[in-house]
Amino acid sequence: MPGALQLILGVILLWLALGLAGVFFPRNLPLVSRVLFPAGAVGALALAAAALDALGGDTQSLVLPLGLPELPFHLRLDALSAFFLLLLGAVTAGVSIFAAGYFRRGEGTPPGLQCLYYHLFIASMALVLLADDAYAFMVFWETMALSSYFLVTSDHTKPEIRRAGFLYLLIAHVGAIGILLCFGLLHGTGDYTFDTMRAVQLAPVWATVAFALALFGFGAKAGMLPLHVWLPEAHPAAPSPVSALMSAVMLKTAIYGLLRVLFDLLHMQVWWWGVVILVLGLATALYGVVFSAVQSDMKRLLAYSSIENIGFILVGIGLAVTFQAYGMRALAALSLTAALYHCINHAFFKSLLFLATGSVLHATHERALGKLGGLIHRMPWVAWLALIGTLAIAGLPPLNGFVSEWLMLQAFLFTPSLPHPYLNMLIPVAAAAIALAAALAGYVMVKFYGVVFLGQPREQSLAAAHDAGIWERVGLVWLAAGCIALGVAPVAVIGVIDAVSGQLLGKTLGASAAGWMFLTPISPDRASYAPFLFLIVILAVWLLTWLAVRYFYHSGMRRAPPWDCGFPAQTARMQDTAEGFGQPIRQMFEPFFRMQRELPTPFDAKPRYRVIVEDHLWYWLYLPIVKVTEALTRVVTLLQRGRISVYLTYSFVTLLILLLFVK
Amino acid sequence: MISWPGLIAQLTEIVLAVLLAPVLLGWVNQWRAWLQNKSGPGILQPYRTLRKLFAKEAVLAHNASPLFRATPYVLFACMCLAAGIVPTLGTDLPFSPAADAIALVGIFALARVFISLAAMDIGTAFGSLGARREMMVGFLAEPALLMVLFTASLISHSTSLATIVEHLAQMKFVIYPSLAFAGVAFTMVSLAENARIPVDNPSTHLELTMIHEAMVLEYSGRHLALIEWSAALKMFVYSCIGIALFFPFGIPAGGDAFGLLLALPALVAKLAVGGFALALIETLSAKMRIFRAPEYLGTAFLLAVLAMLIHFLLES
Repeated sequence: MPGALQLILGVILLWLALGLAGVFFPRNLPLVSRVLFPAGAVGALALAAAALDALGGDTQSLVLPLGLPELPFHLRLDALSAFFLLLLGAVTAGVSIFAAGYFRRGEGTPPGLQCLYYHLFIASMALVLLADDAYAFMVFWETMALSSYFLVTSDHTKPEIRRAGFLYLLIAHVGAIGILLCFGLLHGTGDYTFDTMRAVQLAPVWATVAFALALFGFGAKAGMLPLHVWLPEAHPAAPSPVSALMSAVMLKTAIYGLLRVLFDLLHMQVWWWGVVILVLGLATALYGVVFSAVQSDMKRLLAYSSIENIGFILVGIGLAVTFQAYGMRALAALSLTAALYHCINHAFFKSLLFLATGSVLHATHERALGKLGGLIHRMPWVAWLALIGTLAIAGLPPLNGFVSEWLMLQAFLFTPSLPHPYLNMLIPVAAAAIALAAALAGYVMVKFYGVVFLGQPREQSLAAAHDAGIWERVGLVWLAAGCIALGVAPVAVIGVIDAVSGQLLGKTLGASAAGWMFLTPISPDRASYAPFLFLIVILAVWLLTWLAVRYFYHSGMRRAPPWDCGFPAQTARMQDTAEGFGQPIRQMFEPFFRMQRELPTPFDAKPRYRVIVEDHLWYWLYLPIVKVTEALTRVVTLLQRGRISVYLTYSFVTLLILLLFVK
Repeated sequence: MISWPGLIAQLTEIVLAVLLAPVLLGWVNQWRAWLQNKSGPGILQPYRTLRKLFAKEAVLAHNASPLFRATPYVLFACMCLAAGIVPTLGTDLPFSPAADAIALVGIFALARVFISLAAMDIGTAFGSLGARREMMVGFLAEPALLMVLFTASLISHSTSLATIVEHLAQMKFVIYPSLAFAGVAFTMVSLAENARIPVDNPSTHLELTMIHEAMVLEYSGRHLALIEWSAALKMFVYSCIGIALFFPFGIPAGGDAFGLLLALPALVAKLAVGGFALALIETLSAKMRIFRAPEYLGTAFLLAVLAMLIHFLLES
């Protein structure tokens, strides 16, 4: 009977084999989409099942005879890895099935190669989660970055996509340097296995440096402010299933890395580390949501919303670190549970929405919100399933987004008990910022859904839009069902998360005191929430009202042209555009944006309205860095003379200097 | 676990809320008319309107989707649920563990998102304009309401509304500065959330600055009746939240039958005074320009946050 770890490795090998099969038949679309991708989805389901099994069991480890001569690859499957593998498997199953119906002939990279990169990408993500030494971790981490780079640039004939890919690769590598240096600090004088790192006791200063490097490195991958600039460029550029995977799973591997270093390898917490993460998380959440409210490209909007959600998760981790530093373990478990719950929630609803935009993109060939509309009539499957994702991401009960938000706010309500005189006042006030970000997320999602799916079609060509195919539907249904299940059965989900908080914090949130239906963290008279009951009551009242209205009155109905206050010349162009819907946010949060506006006067024969919204950080932070780098490279080019004699002189001088040192 | 008086209190509460909500609306309108030297339609007018609307056939736009037709029912269900959670006649409600103060804010958000989506469904200029404004008001009012409820939760160490009411009702009768700030913030938020002056004008639906009325322009017949009824229920529930947080005296702890008998007149009296106060505010103030609404709501939000800070500085 092979263990869960062996089964997971088997699935990873299957994925690699599927990828290789794609290379041999690069243009054989039926094979790739009808055999390889569905097989990958089945593998993903098996992986999720194995991870779920491993969550309750003991830690398993394995040494592979690969890698450096003295440092073979160490693999280890503990509760933390298993939780993130579960997330990976469950989401990938849906995305792979969707991808089976998604890739088409003649779009960018041939489907066989897409299949290779795709499976390499998911296999390397799974291996990152399993790695138990720094060398293996970095190798898989880089494989993940490179394979996703090729996926992002699959439409490489367009210059802006090449540019997005370059920016992504650059920031991924700058982040990787941070992680590498962090591991360099952590290993002390021993070898590079994580076991050695766990045993090393670092001086507080070095521990803080290691923390800062880890936050920088993993923050760059997660899209934390101010390292988020690659995210809104790279996610929209990739094909939709890849955007979904990047947003849903890849960002979570960064969260996994941060948790691994913070709670497992460093095994010490300082309260102000938590505050730093908390503040960065709050800033990221607000920044992300404000920017996503003013986007007019549907995939960019979702990418900025991913930044917001990562901010949310970071806030939970920050609270957990602070509570843990003060030894308040039960509250740390509550905060960590909120963060992990949000990880899995975000994985489900964001991949659902990204895939839905993929279907819309295929049906309409349009990504700009200003040219969509009314798709609920043309694409009912996609529209209704996307509605579930929209309500979930807007944080509305009884769906899943609300549960993690609720847990987070509960954790905030306990912060006044922190034994620090200023923290116990300031952190509860930070809950106001979280509440604001959550409410703004509702605004953004109404804009997204309303403009894409509701109203009248803004273009003639939308009349030809077709609904998603059967494969795509299955993928979407799987993810939407996940959103509902995670929303109405929180006690079961927390039972799964408890294994992780038990491992990292030595304390779990524990089973509910009032039965499976009631979510009661800490104690039942403090707070409780029963989403299942909630759903039942709403449905029951709905049904009762509907029956009562039919019974007592009638169901007479007539169709007519829209009234609109009696205005007869109504056209589809008079609806609110994405820009119009974002206008209040642009006005209220003006200092956030760098705006260029071109407003028409009332007397223009051909009125033109143009607004370009950009990120201040790009001009304040990144362009100065670019300038400095360019100046430095000019200095370095002084050395490059292009003559072999000069280079030989350099070698000679270097040798001389080295000889001096050796003596 | 479920006690009979509790169950009776629970059912009475929901049925009462559904039946009484239109009277509260009629009462406010009647007082507003009297204060403005008009004779007024009488406090039963909302019932007549509802009966008329239910009896009419519904006229739907050609491109209305099922979402548009489902929304009135969703709204009504949300408001019934909210009415069942807020303790008005007793605190031993069997339903109260299902949702706490944070979930209550979630219910209102659910209703708001649905009506905004429905407003965008037909694709008229007014509909999407109303949806945009409603969401603008909502994203500022929602965190403000949450912060008000947070202040009350911090005072009573619980987010369960029943526990909050029990705790606040047993406190000594002195003025708590944090609750005073929270009360002002709550009043401002509930005016905005219920589409009252100074943010919106409930008695017009042909005005360029309308919010709520712009969203429901395309509704008619039974759908409109349900929306109007939900709006009345929403106002009723908001009034009850205000009573529960700031004037909880008279709500019996537990749920004995005698307490229930006493609680009912107390509730009616408090609602009557509250309705009069609302009519007075609406008569004395003018409607703001729509661009001013963010400032107004921002003030409410800051007041609520301030209430929380004051609680830490002075009361803990």
